[in-house]
Amino acid sequence: MIRIRNLSKTYGSGATAVHALNRVDIDVRGGESVLLMGPSGSGKTTLLSIIGCILGPSSGSVKVDGQEIHGMPERRLPKVRLKYFGFVFQGFNLFPALTALENVEMALRLRGVKSGAARNRAAELLEELGLADRLDKRPRELSGGQQQRVAIARALAGDPRVILADEPTGALDAASGSQVLGLLSGLARQDRAVVIVSHDTRAADYFDRVIGIEDGRVHSETTRIQQEVILT
Amino acid sequence: MDSLAWKNLLHDRVRLAVTLIGIVFALVLIAVQFGLFLGFWETSGNVVAHNSADLWLTSPEIPHVNGGQRIPEKRRWTALAVPGVEKAVNYIIFFVPWKLPTGAGESVQVVGFDLNTGYGGPYNIVAGSVDDLRAVDTVMIDDIYCPKLGVKRVGDSVELNGHRARVVGFTHGLRSFTTRPYVFTSFKNAQNYLKLAEADTIYILLKAATGVDIQRLKQDVQRSVPSVEVFTTAEMARKTRIYWVFGTGAGITTLIGTVLGLLVGVVVVAQTIYASTIDHLREFGTLKAMGASNWVIHRVIVWQALINAVAGYAIGITIAAFVCRLADNTHIAILMPGPVALGILALAVAMCVSAAMLSIRKAVTIDPAMVFRG
Repeated sequence: MIRIRNLSKTYGSGATAVHALNRVDIDVRGGESVLLMGPSGSGKTTLLSIIGCILGPSSGSVKVDGQEIHGMPERRLPKVRLKYFGFVFQGFNLFPALTALENVEMALRLRGVKSGAARNRAAELLEELGLADRLDKRPRELSGGQQQRVAIARALAGDPRVILADEPTGALDAASGSQVLGLLSGLARQDRAVVIVSHDTRAADYFDRVIGIEDGRVHSETTRIQQEVILT
Repeated sequence: MDSLAWKNLLHDRVRLAVTLIGIVFALVLIAVQFGLFLGFWETSGNVVAHNSADLWLTSPEIPHVNGGQRIPEKRRWTALAVPGVEKAVNYIIFFVPWKLPTGAGESVQVVGFDLNTGYGGPYNIVAGSVDDLRAVDTVMIDDIYCPKLGVKRVGDSVELNGHRARVVGFTHGLRSFTTRPYVFTSFKNAQNYLKLAEADTIYILLKAATGVDIQRLKQDVQRSVPSVEVFTTAEMARKTRIYWVFGTGAGITTLIGTVLGLLVGVVVVAQTIYASTIDHLREFGTLKAMGASNWVIHRVIVWQALINAVAGYAIGITIAAFVCRLADNTHIAILMPGPVALGILALAVAMCVSAAMLSIRKAVTIDPAMVFRG
């Protein structure tokens, strides 16, 4: 589903150039949940941004469903993001003026879904995530965990092929964090992959594969089976 | 996306209030200043513009309608002999001293007109009639100026340049730019008040026969009566208005006020809309990350600007209309005809949308990667 080859990203140039990513190769299959782990500044968020077509790479190849994204004209990227990706952010990034229902509805409206259908689908998603009684609440009226669940519902709204989450538990307490990690890892299915970035070491328990990033390179890669073997 | 614009605005009510205050302040300033300009334009030439005569014969090189000098009344007969001239009547507009009941002096503009044709006579009459002016030493004034002229009611006696006269009627709203009120009377009475010789007049007004080309008739009359200058009514009104409105600086001052209002509006609105966009930058970044095109961002911001413009206009134009209404019974005319009110709406929209354009650039060039930063 996602095929990354020889991917590099450099910020700045000359003596002040920062090599955020250096010849990274990664494959993510449909139905797989992948955790990108690494210290601050290791390049994992840059990698997530490039996968999500939010940032362009300096060199290398990024293919989503066989379609090369690197070098695609800027004006075509919004459509690619709409078609393939759903985003979950550390700070939730909900629209404070909108209710939970409207926040999710917004993602559907962006995809051209008509108002009534968008509203019904948004309500269904929120109900599935246990927020049936919070539809009309604004973000400030919700707890951190509830806000992140609204954000997940929003990310799922367009039925994207890939869910990308950046430190989704960063602003949550331990209990809410675990709940959100469980939710996110459960979203991976036959035709959908989940890629998250996290510092949270507990996150490793929830995902099929953990990729360690350090100094812009893939440092380690562990599958769930390998983890279980190590633990036993 | 339009609902996001609405809800963003309503969510931050303090900012909305600040933006609306800025727009309302600017629009009221523009409406009142431009209304004053229109008031000056109207009052400086109202009696001339409402005159139903077609041509004016005046002493040479007069600067404006209040600057006429005496000309022989017999020129009227020469003009009347020109083919195409249907009527020729004498007419006077001249400054004359007016004595208040207290003994103090005022100055008025006596308008002496032909009672049979009514050319250049009073309009908007609210008490009495033109026929009442047929009696000797009778005058009609505007009710707005009653306190200034010491007149309380119809029938009051007044003194003009040493002559006693009786007020027989009132007009309403015939303001004078020069602050010297119009006093309508018959041509004969006006001659007396000016102490003008019976053989003299200040102007001769001509009415063209139906279907006659006015410009051509003007040239014919000019050739036949070379000792006078000939103007059409429109030319005389324009000449007078330009003299008073621009010659005195009053018009320029109000136009500068209008432009300042516009500039203040653009600056205030641009600042508040820009600040509002900056406040919502993260949301626009999120929208872009979610796959919204720049067009969507444009639409949200422009829609917000339009809502601000229409709401600000609704409040601003109501206040401006109230100010115009307040001025109704004063010496100052503040006019806001329908097309001007619509023009101000267009201005409000242009002001807000252009202010929004400044902030749109900031929003559409935002790096969507910012949404991943904490």
